[in-house]
Amino acid sequence: MAETRKISLTVNGTRYEREVEPRMLLADFLRHQLGLTGTHLGCEHGVCGACTVQLDGVSVRSCLMLAVQANGRAVRTVEGLQAPDGTLSPLQAAFLAHHGLQCGFCTPGMLMTLDAYLKENPHPTEAQLREAISGNICRCTGYQQIVDAALDAAGARSGS
Amino acid sequence: MAGRVFGMDVKRIEDPRLLTGRGRYVDDIHLPGMVEAAFLRSSHAHALVKGIDARRALELPGVHAVWRLGDFGAEYLKKPLAVTIPHPAVKQPFTQFPLAPDEVCFVGEPIAIVLADSRYIAEDAVGLIEVDYEPLPAIADCLKALEADAPRAHKGAPDNVVGRLRVNFGDVEKAFATAPHVFKETNRQHRGGPHSMETRGVLASHDAAADLLTVWSSTQSPYNARRFLAAHLGRDEHSVRVIAPDVGGGFGPKAAYYAEDVAVPLAAMKLGRPVKWIEDRREHFLTANQQRDSIWRMEVAADARGKVLGVRGHVVVDNGAYVPYGILLAMSSLNPLPGPYALPALDVTAEAVFTNAVATSPVRGAGRPNAAYTLERLMDLVARELKLDRAEVRRRNLVQRDQFPYATGMKARDGSPLSYDSGDYVAVLDKALALGDYASFPARQAEARRAGRWLGIGVASCNEDTGMGPYEGATVRVTREGKVVVQTGAAAQGQGLHTILAQVAAEALGVELANVTVSSADTANFPLGVATVGSRVAVTASASTHLAAMEVRAKALKLAAATLEVAEQDLVIENGIVHPVGVPDMKLSLAELAAKLISVLAVPVPRGFTPGLEATAYYDAVRPTYAAGSQVVEVEVDIETGGVKLLRYSVAHDCGVVINPGLVDGQVIGGIVHGIGNALFERMIYDEGGQPLTTNYGEYLLPTATEVPRIALAHLETPSPLNPLGVKGAGEGGTIPAAAGIVSAIENALEPLGLRLTDHPIGPQSLLEAIDAAQSKSGATA
Repeated sequence: MAETRKISLTVNGTRYEREVEPRMLLADFLRHQLGLTGTHLGCEHGVCGACTVQLDGVSVRSCLMLAVQANGRAVRTVEGLQAPDGTLSPLQAAFLAHHGLQCGFCTPGMLMTLDAYLKENPHPTEAQLREAISGNICRCTGYQQIVDAALDAAGARSGS
Repeated sequence: MAGRVFGMDVKRIEDPRLLTGRGRYVDDIHLPGMVEAAFLRSSHAHALVKGIDARRALELPGVHAVWRLGDFGAEYLKKPLAVTIPHPAVKQPFTQFPLAPDEVCFVGEPIAIVLADSRYIAEDAVGLIEVDYEPLPAIADCLKALEADAPRAHKGAPDNVVGRLRVNFGDVEKAFATAPHVFKETNRQHRGGPHSMETRGVLASHDAAADLLTVWSSTQSPYNARRFLAAHLGRDEHSVRVIAPDVGGGFGPKAAYYAEDVAVPLAAMKLGRPVKWIEDRREHFLTANQQRDSIWRMEVAADARGKVLGVRGHVVVDNGAYVPYGILLAMSSLNPLPGPYALPALDVTAEAVFTNAVATSPVRGAGRPNAAYTLERLMDLVARELKLDRAEVRRRNLVQRDQFPYATGMKARDGSPLSYDSGDYVAVLDKALALGDYASFPARQAEARRAGRWLGIGVASCNEDTGMGPYEGATVRVTREGKVVVQTGAAAQGQGLHTILAQVAAEALGVELANVTVSSADTANFPLGVATVGSRVAVTASASTHLAAMEVRAKALKLAAATLEVAEQDLVIENGIVHPVGVPDMKLSLAELAAKLISVLAVPVPRGFTPGLEATAYYDAVRPTYAAGSQVVEVEVDIETGGVKLLRYSVAHDCGVVINPGLVDGQVIGGIVHGIGNALFERMIYDEGGQPLTTNYGEYLLPTATEVPRIALAHLETPSPLNPLGVKGAGEGGTIPAAAGIVSAIENALEPLGLRLTDHPIGPQSLLEAIDAAQSKSGATA
């Protein structure tokens, strides 16, 4: 049996204690040990952004992190975006309204990236939003409806 | 024909799950007792595998097996994978085996399967296997592969030719002999890989008691997957169930049938436990089918007004090491000719060539973007040489509105004449030109040049055969609870298929969208299916859903009329309630009608009716419907860096009657961005010895949000007369002309340098080289 380490972390507000191998990626830990399969792996080398989660509120690539590095930290995944009663977050609702997704595979990463970005930058321009998601690859949409959704969520339209 | 929900921009019924992390892709499925697979893959482009030593791998804790093909039975050593689309032109039908028995013909070809408790351990084990290779000469360039002394991609093969094809009509000899002008051009095009964000994946589980093999696969074609797998294993199709759960993009190559699709089920049956394999991104670069080079040597004959009198030429298509799809890429490069243009004569031959690289098969658009690129570059060539406006040359050559239905001169696969069903190509072009302010561009360009900026504009048009046959069927059923269920064999990879079928059914049956559920892509759930390729299911599955729903509607009205003792024609259905017009209190719900037809023990269903408020229909897609599009692209070129910035992108698109405009926008825009990747970024590079050099997203670039401009879209709606909804497909029309328009724009920007561009993708390095060459040739300085 390979060596393991005990880690303790919070994911979407729930506390977990688990034994993990030091080499276990955070993404694989979330998906296969905790069953939170909403986080997706698209490239496993840190470019496509599908695996983006939030670590203490900051968006990070969960394919470039080990689970042990999340010890003592708070992780938020796409499963933690909607309200406890199931109501979609404004960003999720905007994606729904603007068709900001097609196959849905890059979507969790897009949402977690934009959710963190919009908290820091509540009134972005379109160019800033495109820059914000330039580390998230989508092969289906051509990005435009994602950008429209994010602009809507940011209230940029109603405010202008 | 917008209705209550048909034609409306309704929200997708797929999305609440996908937005909250509740999608279910293959890798999200965990079965009890499941093990994970990794593959030992060839590190040579061409070699004989003399043997492997897996002892150290097998000693690793957590490893269950390391198997080569012969371990599954000697009979498999003589059974290569099927050619899924056979063609008589294929002279050497080389296909892979589920695992290579001896000869490997590209880097990444699987040699052995390793099963372990986790993928981590399985990959550790692969690294511990020692392989004894005898390297063989390899060939990677498809033009060099045609030279007499070229290494053979397959040992002992007489040559590297997969097969040859020809399409022709009219008197092309006479056209070229008598034309006032003849121009020549050769282009080299490259299209790269699919790069769906979800890679391929297979999970197989064999229930020995029931002898049922169940496979969850990230496939565009669960029915073909079942058919070929069952045949390979010698099983009856009914003992194999293939399910495509949520699929994270396809773009063509997920419709193909791969070695892993057989090796994983074989391993699951032999081990007696479920086996899952998920392709990683490096494997996707190495083993998912691609489209690579095609080289077109072309000639065009024209009159002084720019009217094209004939086109002729020869195409060489890199087919890679195997022919899983037969010669389809070469076919799909020739078959779209003559595109949206009315040409009197054409004669083009194609040659598909083996190389020691992963096999090629259609990627979004298949050969259509290549054919469109060639035709569009020829239109630009005619315009340039005759000093005519590029848009005007197209306008003069497009099939005119009064020519529809237009018989092109080409023949369908059954030998019948090909004909474009409907369209208004000039109106589409003019709409795109208006959106892009084409007429005022020269002033913008001149002003920018005075400021030292190099602006250019490009124009490209296309049409696209969509909705090809034979069928995708649908069953529409009203449940005892009054819910409407649509079942289809058609698969979805993000297009919103469930939503549009729900719209079609809801419209026909007078129910709310929320009362419709759709299930698809499970061979146990619907008897027959084909594949989601070639922009076909919006036509085929929607038309079948409509026909089935209308039959259900008729049955409901007939039963309601008999029950309420009123005339059928006086009845309407509103929100799931049947009642006479203007008499809302005299009513029966669809739930009540369904319950009468489902009935209970010992109570007969109403006389004259068959059980169940349901119907199954197969719309017979005898001929394709033709969509059309034109794109106007404005670029700025930085001649110091070779950088190209897309300033403005304007598109007019006609896919007939639109079922959901927001979803069509998404298809067209997403398709364009795939074309932008083809034009500017995506290049899968093999070195001369067949070693792939671009196997991650640092080396192979995909378009991201910052490279893509906002795209202005206009829809025209020319209904198809061929199906009851008037719809045409929309999945690839954005991609098809994109590279042609972008290259045209770059060339236009650099016109003062006298620069000619023929090839794509155009990266900064190749563009700088072309600029330097043009400047030194002309002696001009920028």
